[in-house]
Amino acid sequence: MDEPVAIAEPVAALPLVDDDEELTPLHPDHVKVLRIQACLATVPFLGGALVLEGAGVLPLGAIFVPVAALAGWFVLRAPLRRYSARGYVMGDDRLRVVRGLLFRSDSVVPFGRVQHIDLDQGPLERMYDLATLTVHTAGTHNASVRLPGLLNADAVAMRETIRAHIRRETL
Amino acid sequence: MTGAALSEPKRTAPIGLLVKALGGLRQSVAGIAAGIFVLRDQGPIFWVALAVIVVVMLIQIVAAWLQWHRLTYHVGAEDIRLESGVLARAARSVPYERIQDVSLEQGPLARLFGLVEVRFETGAGGADDLSLTYLTVPEGEALRELVRARRDDLPEAGGAGEPAAPPATTLFAMGPRRVLTFGLFEFSLAVIAVLFGVTQQFDFLLPFDIWDFDLWQENLAGPGAQLAGLGLAAQVLGGLLAAASLIALGLATGVVRTSLREWGFLLERTERGFRRRRGMFTRTDVVMPVHRVQAMTLGTRLLRRLFGWHGLSFVSLAQDAGSANHVVAPFGKVEELWPVARAAGFTPPADHASWHRACPAYRFDSMLLAAMIGVVPAAGLVGFGYYAFALIPLAIGTVLALGNWIAWQNALHTLDARQILSRRGWLAPRLDIAPRVKLQSVDFRQGPLGRWHGYGTLHLGLAGGTFEIPGIPEARAREVRTAVLASIAEADFSALNRG
Repeated sequence: MDEPVAIAEPVAALPLVDDDEELTPLHPDHVKVLRIQACLATVPFLGGALVLEGAGVLPLGAIFVPVAALAGWFVLRAPLRRYSARGYVMGDDRLRVVRGLLFRSDSVVPFGRVQHIDLDQGPLERMYDLATLTVHTAGTHNASVRLPGLLNADAVAMRETIRAHIRRETL
Repeated sequence: MTGAALSEPKRTAPIGLLVKALGGLRQSVAGIAAGIFVLRDQGPIFWVALAVIVVVMLIQIVAAWLQWHRLTYHVGAEDIRLESGVLARAARSVPYERIQDVSLEQGPLARLFGLVEVRFETGAGGADDLSLTYLTVPEGEALRELVRARRDDLPEAGGAGEPAAPPATTLFAMGPRRVLTFGLFEFSLAVIAVLFGVTQQFDFLLPFDIWDFDLWQENLAGPGAQLAGLGLAAQVLGGLLAAASLIALGLATGVVRTSLREWGFLLERTERGFRRRRGMFTRTDVVMPVHRVQAMTLGTRLLRRLFGWHGLSFVSLAQDAGSANHVVAPFGKVEELWPVARAAGFTPPADHASWHRACPAYRFDSMLLAAMIGVVPAAGLVGFGYYAFALIPLAIGTVLALGNWIAWQNALHTLDARQILSRRGWLAPRLDIAPRVKLQSVDFRQGPLGRWHGYGTLHLGLAGGTFEIPGIPEARAREVRTAVLASIAEADFSALNRG
């Protein structure tokens, strides 16, 4: 009873993470937002390193240099990699969101199961006119799927598409 | 940033600000009064403190006003939208089709000012629901009427193909004999803990001091000395008697507790859904609409499985009060339980179903990780020269790894025309079945090891429960996902819940 009917149906090709299916990348400004966030997150560590440096226990730069190098990686390199690991596919009746560097996650939410839709703009996102789209389902696990780094206008358009689909389905 | 909104964005009632402020004041008034009382003779400090309080309150008032000013809602043609936030903006859209009901709530203060809190209940329930605090009563009622009217406009889409229900047929019932048998398998020693607690609480009622060690020694010195003189055989006999009485106590507890809970168990199929009545003194009566049933679990336990006893429970939408897992037939033979499952639209796995296991790489990785739990401390012990002690964690690691191998061997999944089925467990196997059309989303996750070896965990979104398949190879995950998504596309969520 396993293979027949349902599986054989030619539903649009939905390859998994490592396939060549084209993911729509997020807006490039998302990298800037990630970088600013990383900058803010590294400040306490750099401050702490400076204080330890001031105490003069270890030779000059023994703490600050590695910490600064690590911070540099987090600010310059990591956001680029995170950005390139993220993407989405807006299908006819489903939204697919791929994310994660080390731990990959590939979620598909059919529009027919969307409960409500959130559009959020943090202060940083507003600076670059970006927005985060969140779709909520009634599921217990993975009930809401977030998609950050969209151009605000795109996010609004996506919300309208999903809305229109729900409307059409129910009628 | 609005789309097809019909009406102007509206704000909540301004007088609601006052109600919220008064509500907040009620909490802080005691603290402020205490502060004033303590500092009343302190001269300048008193005035500084008063100024600080006034400034903080002013800031709060301004912040509350700003929040109120930036919070707007639209009653659109298709949905209700709420936009909020001063620095960070948030917009939420709730389609009418997804609103199950609108509730109006009034606290005493709100009532005084003629205000209501309007709460829109959607499928998932809980904290994610949209609510508006506060609207005037006429506005709130108008909104409720509007939403109800919009919802009723929608045609009644048929449910997921349920059979037409004849009035109240009994699906499953348990007589006294069955309940007592059930109780015997519900062995419990909870009563001992309770007894212990009770003796601590009510020891003053006993004719002697139970905690007096000397008294016990005196008592033992008399009859106890005789016991000690009886020799080994008598002592062993005594031990056996003690164990037997413990077992008897556990069995009795199980029988009593189970009887209290399950007495007169009756599950009926009524027009409105499944109706379950049970209980000896507190009789509960639960109705579960058929279209709310999301999945089923057929489980058992170690000992009762030897006698062929199983239990059946349904996973239902989270908001069905209390636990999402509804026991519909707690104790019965498999052939008694399947008719109940069939009544909810589930079909048992076909004999020739091809069951899939997790991939061997997953078995290897999970066994290796389990073994590491033993190997790492063992290596540490060897490092410190405790060679003999190192065997203990090694043995634990081996057992854990073997356990993972057995778990892998017994974890199977398959698809049939409409459902996804998963079976797991060796000594007490359980079978989970979910109709694919009732699933909410598909999420495939891979950790670093999984990406290396080409497997991951497939999480299927289920309202009120979880359904996941760990260690599934990528290709198979793709197959399952395609099948699940194709089934989901057949029916909209609202159609499923309009049964």
